[in-house]
Amino acid sequence: MSTPTTTPPEAAKKRDPTAPWPILQIRGLGVTFGGFQALTDVDLDARQGEVHFLIGPNGAGKTTLVDIITGLTKPTTGSVKFDDQELTGHKEHRIVHMGVGRSFQAATVFETLTVAENLDIAASFRMGLRSLLRQRRGMRPEVVEALEVTGLRDVADRPAGELAHGQKQWLEIGMLFTQKPRLLLLDEPVAGMSPDERTRTGELVRFVAKDCTVLVVEHDMDFMRRFADRVTVLHEGKVLKADATVAEVQADATVQEVYIGRAKDDRNSVSRGAADAGEAPFAPPADDPDAPGPAPLDAGVTDAPGAPPASATTKEEDA
Amino acid sequence: MSSATDDPATAPAAAGTTPEGGGPGWFRRNVVGTKADVGPRIAFAIIAFLLIVVAPAMLSSFRLDLLAKYLVFAIVAVGIALAWGRGGMLVLGQGLFFGLGGYVMAMHLQLADAPEGQNPMFMSLTGAEDLPGLWKPFESPVFTLIMVVVLPMAVATLLGLLVFRSRVRGPYFAILTQALAAAFVILLVGQQDLTGGTNGLTVSTFFGLDLADSGDKLTLYFVVLAALLVVFLIARQMVRSRYGKLLVAVRDGEDRVRFLGYSPTTVKVVAFASAAGMAGIAGALFVPIVGIISPTSLGIVPSIEMVIWVAVGGRISMAGAIAGAVLVNFAKTELSEQFPSGWLYAQGLLFILVVAFAPAGLAGAGAWLKGWRERRGARGTSGPGITGRTAEEAA
Repeated sequence: MSTPTTTPPEAAKKRDPTAPWPILQIRGLGVTFGGFQALTDVDLDARQGEVHFLIGPNGAGKTTLVDIITGLTKPTTGSVKFDDQELTGHKEHRIVHMGVGRSFQAATVFETLTVAENLDIAASFRMGLRSLLRQRRGMRPEVVEALEVTGLRDVADRPAGELAHGQKQWLEIGMLFTQKPRLLLLDEPVAGMSPDERTRTGELVRFVAKDCTVLVVEHDMDFMRRFADRVTVLHEGKVLKADATVAEVQADATVQEVYIGRAKDDRNSVSRGAADAGEAPFAPPADDPDAPGPAPLDAGVTDAPGAPPASATTKEEDA
Repeated sequence: MSSATDDPATAPAAAGTTPEGGGPGWFRRNVVGTKADVGPRIAFAIIAFLLIVVAPAMLSSFRLDLLAKYLVFAIVAVGIALAWGRGGMLVLGQGLFFGLGGYVMAMHLQLADAPEGQNPMFMSLTGAEDLPGLWKPFESPVFTLIMVVVLPMAVATLLGLLVFRSRVRGPYFAILTQALAAAFVILLVGQQDLTGGTNGLTVSTFFGLDLADSGDKLTLYFVVLAALLVVFLIARQMVRSRYGKLLVAVRDGEDRVRFLGYSPTTVKVVAFASAAGMAGIAGALFVPIVGIISPTSLGIVPSIEMVIWVAVGGRISMAGAIAGAVLVNFAKTELSEQFPSGWLYAQGLLFILVVAFAPAGLAGAGAWLKGWRERRGARGTSGPGITGRTAEEAA
């Protein structure tokens, strides 16, 4: 039960357009909040085992999309199919049982419980009430594995509230990891992290993606460049660039204009740009040969006179 | 620390082992416990000795009766500590469930007290001829004992499913429970033909025990003590189990729990219904000890007082809640004997002090003392830092 049997061999599942099996298929998705069209006719495919990034300026509808996939928000139109099952209309916890896990923008862990207890609760999600009423003895293998993978073994018996910001984020990913999901949705996993922590997070995401599809909502361009297989760009609730490679996104003039120009308004990118300035440019990951150096996008961040001003329609993102 | 890319296949080998039952280590493991268990277990043994041997030998029948009443209140308190302390549900209307248990028991005892062929005592006040249909099933002692627990739990489950599903929480939930306790009192008073109205129901025997006989009252005291022990052990098991951790998790991050694949509604309903069942048991035992149950014992004021006991004792600790219930009620009796009108002020002051300065109550003071002793003992040796990582990052 620990590893999905449907996982194709590594080589086949990584960016092979001839045998793509879109485990997540979104078609014609639209949602309206009190007259405001947050998402319009969104199509998105994510294939088995890929790390798919969802980028776009604030208010593009990225988090709304994640909320719809996980059942928090009901779409007005369209469908979300995961592994040929319709997800819309199910309760949030049912969708988790179907194999979809998510993290939150701000790392959400249970601060008064220890790290191991946090992981154990996550790992026990298929237990019935009667087994839940028994005491925990020792650690489940999934929990031990997650402690190793996240590097939190030394703090296993500490309350999660004592962890540093980055560690909380890893703990949350670790909690999802114990559940062996087949689709993992990470909402801004590296927000507020140091460059070093971001690298570790990227490695963690890559590791988790061995057995599942990961959809990452991010602002951080450098992070995307280093760890994305495919990228979908959202802009004002519409798909601007669907299912592209990192290189295609970087070469796209429209994306440059609407997204990169706006990145100036995004606090994360600004602070990260500053933080990154002193660093040597990261080498592109080995499995991502077409990613060029960090030059073009970073250039866009610093100078975008032609970018349209941030519209007033960007508020739902953090709501 | 940088094991994000380590091969996890080596990890499961380190998985904890499950201790086996039996064997020579059994006594050590299950009676003495780990080093951390020793202190609490000694305290438990001393308190058990005081309650089982010393109190019955030393206290007058009147005082022992009072102690039994405090212990009954402690049963309610354990339930509140579970629902409120662990589950974050401020239950301001436990009087409802206490009353349900109490009235179920009182109905049966009145029927049992009534001489052969005659109606129960309360009906002589209303002048009614026929026994109300609602009373009939409570002639059975077995049915009564089941309903003492099941009826409050069923009401709480129904209520919880409705309320928690629509994500009502916080003060809204607290006010709702309080309103229900108030409504229940109005119902009891209004349905005089069925419930005895404001007079309530009086009883004089308890399953063959004569409630005027001091020997029988001693037996009743032990019944209460046993009930408290059982309730305490059940609550402790719940708190220590995975479910208990999950309950705390729901309290601290309901959405995170939902997106881990659990239904927070179910988790909360279990704790709320358990607390209601405990209040029901307490209500049922309150009836023979005090000899009467009436709406004055279960309205808004008694319901709030129950929460105060737990706040004073420490809402996250079961033992603290028990201590709070016993000590606050003891203080209430003592103070009321000295200064008849002083108690109300003292109770208000106590509550304010606890909320402002000691949110963890008596149990918090105990934990602080323990931590202080450990800190003193550990001085000199460097305490374990959170991780090497934080130092790393600061550098």
